[in-house]
This record gives sequence, C-alpha cells and structure tokens, in this order.
Amino acid sequence: MTTPTTSRSTGTRATRVIGIAAIVMSAWLSLFGLVLSPADVAQGDAVRIMYVHVPSVWLAYLAFIVTAICSVWVLVARGRVPGVDRVAGASAEIGVVFMAVTLVSGMLWGRITWGVYWQWDARLTTTALLFITYIGYLAVRGLEGSPEQRARRSAVVGVVAVAEIPLVHWSVRLWRSLHQEATVLDTDLDVDIDGLMLFTLFVGVIAFTLWFVWFVLHRARVMALAALVEERSLDQALAERAAEVPAGGQN
Amino acid sequence: MTPFMTADRPTTPDRDHGSTDAAVVLEAAVVVMGAFPALAGVDLDVRRGTLVGLRGPNGAGKTTVLRLCAGLLRPDRGTARVLGVDVADDPAPLRRRVGYLGHSNGLYDDLTALENVTFWASTVGAGCDDVDAAMAAMEISDRLRDVRVRHLSAGQRRRVALAGLVARRCELWLLDEPHTGLDVDARDQLDRLLRAGADSGATVMLSSHDLDRVDAMVDHGVDLVAGRVSREVRR
Amino acid sequence: MSTPPGVVATARMIAARDLRIEWRARVVTNQVIPFAAVTMVLFAFAVDDTGALGRLAPGLVWLTVMFSLLLCAQRAFAIESADGALEALRVAGVDPVGIFLGKATALAVQLFALAAVMVLAALILYDLDPPAGGVVVLVTSAICATCALAATGTIYAGLAAGVSGRETLLPLLVVPVVSPVLIGATRAVEAALGTGGTAVADGWPWVGLLAVVAVASAVVGALTFGSAIRD
Repeated sequence: MTTPTTSRSTGTRATRVIGIAAIVMSAWLSLFGLVLSPADVAQGDAVRIMYVHVPSVWLAYLAFIVTAICSVWVLVARGRVPGVDRVAGASAEIGVVFMAVTLVSGMLWGRITWGVYWQWDARLTTTALLFITYIGYLAVRGLEGSPEQRARRSAVVGVVAVAEIPLVHWSVRLWRSLHQEATVLDTDLDVDIDGLMLFTLFVGVIAFTLWFVWFVLHRARVMALAALVEERSLDQALAERAAEVPAGGQN
Repeated sequence: MTPFMTADRPTTPDRDHGSTDAAVVLEAAVVVMGAFPALAGVDLDVRRGTLVGLRGPNGAGKTTVLRLCAGLLRPDRGTARVLGVDVADDPAPLRRRVGYLGHSNGLYDDLTALENVTFWASTVGAGCDDVDAAMAAMEISDRLRDVRVRHLSAGQRRRVALAGLVARRCELWLLDEPHTGLDVDARDQLDRLLRAGADSGATVMLSSHDLDRVDAMVDHGVDLVAGRVSREVRR
Repeated sequence: MSTPPGVVATARMIAARDLRIEWRARVVTNQVIPFAAVTMVLFAFAVDDTGALGRLAPGLVWLTVMFSLLLCAQRAFAIESADGALEALRVAGVDPVGIFLGKATALAVQLFALAAVMVLAALILYDLDPPAGGVVVLVTSAICATCALAATGTIYAGLAAGVSGRETLLPLLVVPVVSPVLIGATRAVEAALGTGGTAVADGWPWVGLLAVVAVASAVVGALTFGSAIRD
C-alpha cells in the first residue's frame, strides 16, 4: 500500500475509488445536512454545524488511535519499519487538521448560538489540549536525525500522548462537573436526537472517514517518495566520497 | 597482578564465520550521518587480544568506526559483527562487554573521582577491589580520589574515565583519541596499560593523531581515508 | 564473575547518585526554589486582590511547581549530557528501566521538596487559614502529583536530551500532558486548605485521579524510556 512507486503521482486505483466514494458521500452529507434534516427547535439552522463538528472530532480520535497503534509497532520493531512510521506520521498530521476543524467549528457554533467563542466545555477544552499535544508530536517528527531516530522518538511521544487521552478526558470532565451551570454549548451526542439527524451524522462520519483514508494514503506515499529521494542522494554521496580518494589495496 | 583481566569469555560460536577469534568483523559497512556517508564501505577484521590503531585525517571515519563497534550506531548498509553479535540486528548483548571512551569522559562533575569510578564499576556489579585496582593502575593518588571531577584537569579526567573502563573488565576497549590532554608521561603510562590489556586477552582499538606513538605500539594498524580503509598493517 | 545489578538496585543507585549530585551542587535549592518563590510574589502583582489570591492559591502553587518541573527535568539530564554520561550508561548496558525509575524518583523527591516550600510560601504570602484535617489530603495529593510530574518530565527530558532546541521543545511536550495533574492537584489542595468553601472529603476523588495518572505515567515511562534515550 505504501511502497514507493516509480510513477510520478501517488494515485492508484485504490485511491481513485476511495476519492470518488468520498466525494459522493460528501455530496450526500451536504444534501442531508443542509437541506433534508430538520433544524433544531432551540438552535435553528445553527445545529447543522454539528454535522461537521462531531464527525471531525471522531475522526481526530481515530487518527490518533491509528498513530498510537503504529507507534507501538515502531517501538516493538525498534524503529525499523519505515512504512508503519510513515502511516503514523501521516495519520497524526491529518488528525491535527481534523482537530483544528473541530475547534473552529465548535467556536463558530458557540458564537452563532450563544454569542461566545469559548465556553470551557469539556469537549472543546479536551480537544484544545490534545491539539497542542499532537502539535508537539509533529514537532518531534521534524527534529534532525536519521529516519530511524525520528521514527523512534515520535513513536515514544505517540504512545505517551495516546495514554494521556483518557486521563485528560476524565480530569476535564470531572473539572467541568464541579461547575453545575447548564452547559451552554451541549456538543454531546445525546439520545434525543431526531432519527434523521442521527442518520445524517452517520453519513458524515462515513464521508470523513473516507477522506481520512484518502489523505493518509496520499501523504504516506509522498513520504515514501521523499525517502526514495533521500536514498538516491545517499548513493550519489557515496559515489562522490569514493571519488575523493581511490581506496588502495590492503596489504 | 593485572587489574584488567577480562571476564570469562563466553564461548558463543560465531555463526557465520565459524571462528571465535574474531573480535570485530566489518564487511562493506556504510554508516550515514544525516545525508553524509561517514563510513563509505569499510572492511575490517580484528582478531581478539590485539591492539589496533586507527589512523587518518579528521573526518576520515575513525570515530564512526569506534562508535559502530560500541553498538551506538547501526550500519546502514553492509554488516558489522562485534564479539559475535550482529550490531545491525540487536546490539544489546554487546553491552557490558564493551568499554567505550569517546571524546567526552562520561563523568559527573559534582562527584569525586572515586565516586565516579565506583558508580561505573557498580553498573556491572564490580566491587571495591576492582575499583581500587583500577585506580592504582591509572595512578590516581589517594589525594586525587576525593576531589570533585569538576576541579580536575583534562588529563586527570581522562585517567578517571579510563579507570572506570578498566574497573568494568571489558572484553573490547574502544578509545577515541585517548592521548588527548595527557602529557608525555601520562601517554607512556596509558600505552603500557593498553599493551597490558591486550596481552591479558582484551581487544583494544584506539584512534589517535599521534602517528609515531600508534605505529610503535600496535599489532594491527588501520589507515582510514574518506570513510574507507586505505591501508592495513599487521605485525 | 560479579553479577550486574537488577532493575531495582540500578534505580536505587541512580536515584542516590542524582540526589547526591543535587546535594553537592544545590541547583534546586539555590536556583529553582528562589525562582519559584519569586514567581509566587509576581502572581500577587498580577492578581492584586487579596481575596482572589487566597482562592487562586492552590492553582498558583501547582502552576509554579509545573514550571519548575521544566527546569528540574532539564537539569536532571543536563548532568548526563554535560560529559556524555547518558550515552556511556547505554553502552555500559545499564537497564533503561532502572535509569528511568532512578531519575524519576530523584526528580520526584526534589519536586516534593519544592512543592512543600511553595505551599508554605502560599500560606504566608496569600494569608491562608487551613483546617487541621486537610494535611493527609495535602500530603497524599502532593506525593501522587509529584510522582506523575516526575515520570512525565523524565521521559520527555530523556527524549530531548542531546537534541538541539530541547529547551523550547520540552515545555511544549510536557505542559499539555501534565494538564490532568494540574487539574487534580489544584482541586485536591483546594479541598485540603478549605479555599472556596470546599470540604476536605471532596479532595479524595482528586487524589484517586492523581494516583491513576502517576501509575500510568510510571508504567508508560518504564516501557518507552529505553527507546527514548537510544540514539
């Protein structure tokens, strides 16, 4: 899946199929989200932001779980599985993007509905913390070193970060529960959502998942091509070094 | 009394080469630092119990060869077997059997010389006797023992670091420019120690800019240029 | 042939060594604690309201401890990188789990001492009046919190040791990950000191949270530290 190819593009039949499916599902989501599903009794049409906000947060968590699984794999294999490491990195990058979408859509939702951008509710706060955590992960990925070193270091951060997710959730939830005022922005998925809204959410999750897979495939392949370029330049560097001084015979 | 008698050599059969005589075998080893090939294809065969000298200009790859043999680096291409262990696969079995002294000394500034050597000795479970013997071999006086390392000169720190290595009774000694910072007497003393170490069964590899000194004392001389071996002399 | 020490012996050896070095160099006592104390004073300038300061005191104490953690964790590995000792530990085959536990323990002891001084400073500077029954909650929460902070600080400081840019990387990595500790420790101290009208018994769920975080950090640290310090 992520083996480098000699062709110029990172697209294959698999990504074309997934891409088309993603476009179709997005069209379907737009139809249901913007037109067919009902507006909320209290919030009006503003509730439609939920169809972007909720799937993107789920996908962000999915992305980080993928990164975590790959990170554990990299640690166990001592950093010598470059394909797995590339998937970990690509997945984390896409996850950070989805987190940003979650934060922005959450802030817009709050602004439109209640006039405030930030409300310190549990989900947004947790998302903000995890967003910064994974920015840290990407920073570690960008450090100098051999590919194996980078893979191992980011794998350590990936594992620590994912272990932290439930703890952050738990602590932030406990923290917000101390403040008994009704949460202004109820972004939780509660059971009394209309059936059609639930269906639209489901469509949204599928569409976003397809986009996630599509992005990760392409990104991982681009990374593989970059590694190929590095390999080729190493061959060249070796040739140059050999030309420096001809190696004499051993006596 | 030799304070540096090596530990009982384990009789691990050298899987590929069928010989337990080889301490280090490098075949077309390539080591890349960043994008730069520090070693561009090194072939090396070092017998146990020999004193090996690596010579070469700056940037030739001497430090890289030593770090590769210490298991701190992995070959990006080619193979590296040290004391029968494949470094590319898993260098963990090498630990404790190898003593590496690089450009830095691995000492803790706020501990005394004795505390440093005791600490390093205790990482392999060696006791006070080994520590005392090592300190004596490196001629670290009683007065010097209780001085904090931060107050010692560069040459004295070198000797403390070497005492730590000796106390751990390693089978393979890897020393990167160990003569640096030592005066002539100390260099002679170090050479005697290295010779005695090789004679008692340890394999000693060192790099040095002091060409005449290295030429005179080693059993096996290796010249490195541009990441490759350009000349080898065996006595 | 002498036997090499096991994990616990290694940890004890390294913790003792780190604490001895700190005792000799007195970096935490002479530099970090004064920094933390002056930070507490600066908070008074920033907040400028005695009543508010009293209510904010638990948070300010643990914020200060958290910032001090960054300094102490950097220091813990600066002594290793100063002369290439961390690499030498690896070559010598010292068990990374032992190194992690030893260094984390030493760091936890230093942080606990620092936290104790900060609580005293808060009591004095912010004019607090604590109930007698809160001491147990205070001490237990402080122990769990410092262990959690020390474990996380040790993993990431080990990871960043020897990497250029580590002074700015370490805070970015550590601060989000220790946010649960900050939340839990602050609420526990609030309950122990009775600020904001909380009862002492309210502190125990938070102590539970802190204990879980401490154990989780220690376990994850022990498992990943070897990979973190490898080069």
